[in-house]
Amino acid sequence: MIYLDNGATTKPYPEVIEQMLPFLQQSFGNASSSYGLGMQAKKALNASKRKIAGLLGASMQEIIITSGGTEADNLACYGIARAYCHKGRHIITSKIEHKAILRACEVLEKEGFEITYLPVNEKGVVSIQDIEQEIRRDTIFISVQTVNNEIGSIQPIQEIGRLAKKKGIVFHTDAVAGFGKLPLDVSKLGVDLLSASSHKFHGPKGIGFLYVREGIQLHPMIVGGNQEGGYRAGTENIPAVVGMAKAAELTVERLQENQIKLSWLKEYFGRRLKAKIPGCVFLHPVESCVPGTLSVAFPGTEAETLLIQLDLKGICASGGSACTTGDRKPSHVLTAIGARPEEIKGALRFTLSEENTEEELEQVVQVLAESVSTLKMKE
Amino acid sequence: MREKVVVGMSGGVDSSVAAMLLKEKGYEVIGITMQIWQEEPVCKIEENGGCCGLSAVEDARKVAEYLGIPHYVLNFKEVFKRCVIDNFTEEYLHGRTPNPCIRCNRYVKWEALLDRARQLGADYLATGHYARVERLPNGRYAIRNSVTAKKDQTYALYQLTQQQLKHTLMPVGEYRKEEIRELAEKAGLPVAKKPDSQDICFVPDGDYAAFLEKEVKDKVPGPGAYITKDGHVLGTHKGITHYTIGQRRGLELAMGERVFVTDIRPNTNEVVIGSNEELFTNRVVCEEPNFMGIEALTEPLEVLAKIRYNHAGEKGIIRPLDKNRVECIFEKPVRAATPGQAMVFYDGEYVLGGGTIV
Repeated sequence: MIYLDNGATTKPYPEVIEQMLPFLQQSFGNASSSYGLGMQAKKALNASKRKIAGLLGASMQEIIITSGGTEADNLACYGIARAYCHKGRHIITSKIEHKAILRACEVLEKEGFEITYLPVNEKGVVSIQDIEQEIRRDTIFISVQTVNNEIGSIQPIQEIGRLAKKKGIVFHTDAVAGFGKLPLDVSKLGVDLLSASSHKFHGPKGIGFLYVREGIQLHPMIVGGNQEGGYRAGTENIPAVVGMAKAAELTVERLQENQIKLSWLKEYFGRRLKAKIPGCVFLHPVESCVPGTLSVAFPGTEAETLLIQLDLKGICASGGSACTTGDRKPSHVLTAIGARPEEIKGALRFTLSEENTEEELEQVVQVLAESVSTLKMKE
Repeated sequence: MREKVVVGMSGGVDSSVAAMLLKEKGYEVIGITMQIWQEEPVCKIEENGGCCGLSAVEDARKVAEYLGIPHYVLNFKEVFKRCVIDNFTEEYLHGRTPNPCIRCNRYVKWEALLDRARQLGADYLATGHYARVERLPNGRYAIRNSVTAKKDQTYALYQLTQQQLKHTLMPVGEYRKEEIRELAEKAGLPVAKKPDSQDICFVPDGDYAAFLEKEVKDKVPGPGAYITKDGHVLGTHKGITHYTIGQRRGLELAMGERVFVTDIRPNTNEVVIGSNEELFTNRVVCEEPNFMGIEALTEPLEVLAKIRYNHAGEKGIIRPLDKNRVECIFEKPVRAATPGQAMVFYDGEYVLGGGTIV
């Protein structure tokens, strides 16, 4: 199998699984229990949160554990909107956010909030001038992703952070596609909230976190017990938290080395695709893009068919980012960057990991070249 | 190299056994489930990024896994809406009674799906229809009755073209329904006991009028007059989309004798009422014919003609009226020939062709 869909999910590092195992076996305690077994769990929880906080330049109390990226994004949107609605009801976000943000904003719209969806340029980047123009006296919240999950474009988070601070607006960034791909320091970036999801950086699934700067008000979404400082009720999933912390640690530790390797692999893959498949179009931006993400259009083909042909040869990739068995609505991201319908229809996303090799990529190029040429022939 | 075949898998017994039989024969089999139409709530869930939760997809997936063949779900909603549903509503609005399965076969299964199959490098598209595809001595392809006349599904396949038939396999047509169930059970297929599907897939409750009301609310004509064929007004009907030729139930007319819908007049929004005898005719005309065993109809031919899905068939002579129309003169009058339904001609066990009744 050749796995080129690390944007969908990643393979957990062996070290991660190793760290998790004791907490699935002997150290199974509930972190809220006062006896030794419980304290073990509590200790592991706090150590994990401290580790994650340290990687972001934050403190332990500022990390809220969630069930993943979607919950972290939802919590940021609902939690801030409801805590600050007395100050105003205007929210700014972008057209290319993940559905976890866009759908939450739709819900808030029904509750009487006004949402401005920022456009992006052809590189998939929002403009700081646009944001400045859209800010109103009643703007309470800005949410812009760190990195786009479909095309890998990097947003000017630091500039937005500076602007938001100047205007006294709470600023959240969805870093699900950015954590472990870019150095992220919450103070340097000037973000008030940041979401991440463990399984996108070689950790277990079903776990993530939301960083919330001290002093920021937040209404909880899930209520019950007093876990996570009352911001997120529910018995903590200790094995997953421990796994996430280890994965975060390793990912950040290996970041530079991996990025160099990924940049080379992406360069190689891109070059070979161009050489073997004339007419293919790169939809990811050349600059300001995370290494490892390629969005490639094969005009005249259909992504659904290409994906089956790849799968039959044991190659995993995805079309856009959406579930391919779901509605084939054109990708909102590719639409927003102005890709032509013909390109959107035949667009595949490849998200590499450092474990991929040139030989694997060469094999994928061969399979794709063959598929694309037969598809075009049959037209 | 092994020949490759794409099997359209609905999650039912017949298409599951079709996949199994082809695998046993040594074909390289790929299963595909078509997403063509779903109930509203399911669509909503899908829009949220999830996958189809319909048991059809799940069942097909289970069978494919059991057989050890790759399986994919492909979306054909757009082409299904354009070629089948839009035509279905349009036909009803014009007072006709369409058969959407015929168009689905012609344009969705044997065009959109077959295209995909060919793109995937498959030589054939296979389905679980109770019918057989055969090459005749004259070199042309034709659909032949399944060995189970009872479960015959050739009627809805008459529109298939020669190119389509050339790339079609229908392995189930060699067996009786009971044998297929038996094969499924013997092999332990997870869907062996699943009941057969009925009715039109996108109107599962059979309430076409309600479906139209939902789909094309502004266009559905309102109440109009029941009249006799001489123009006498008998009462008020609910709107022409509620009626079909030969209908007796639900007319809400107290006439003292059994009366039937004998005609629908969309231009004046009138429903004509008459006696059972008036429903009989020995001449039926159809248009846009498609022929299988012969390239075109040039001279009168004696055939067996069916005027609806469950019609046993009646002996008749067909002849071309012009390029686009064929007339059939029946030996004995047939009852309630309905515009929009298909008239399908058989030459013995073989489908000769057919057209849409006008």
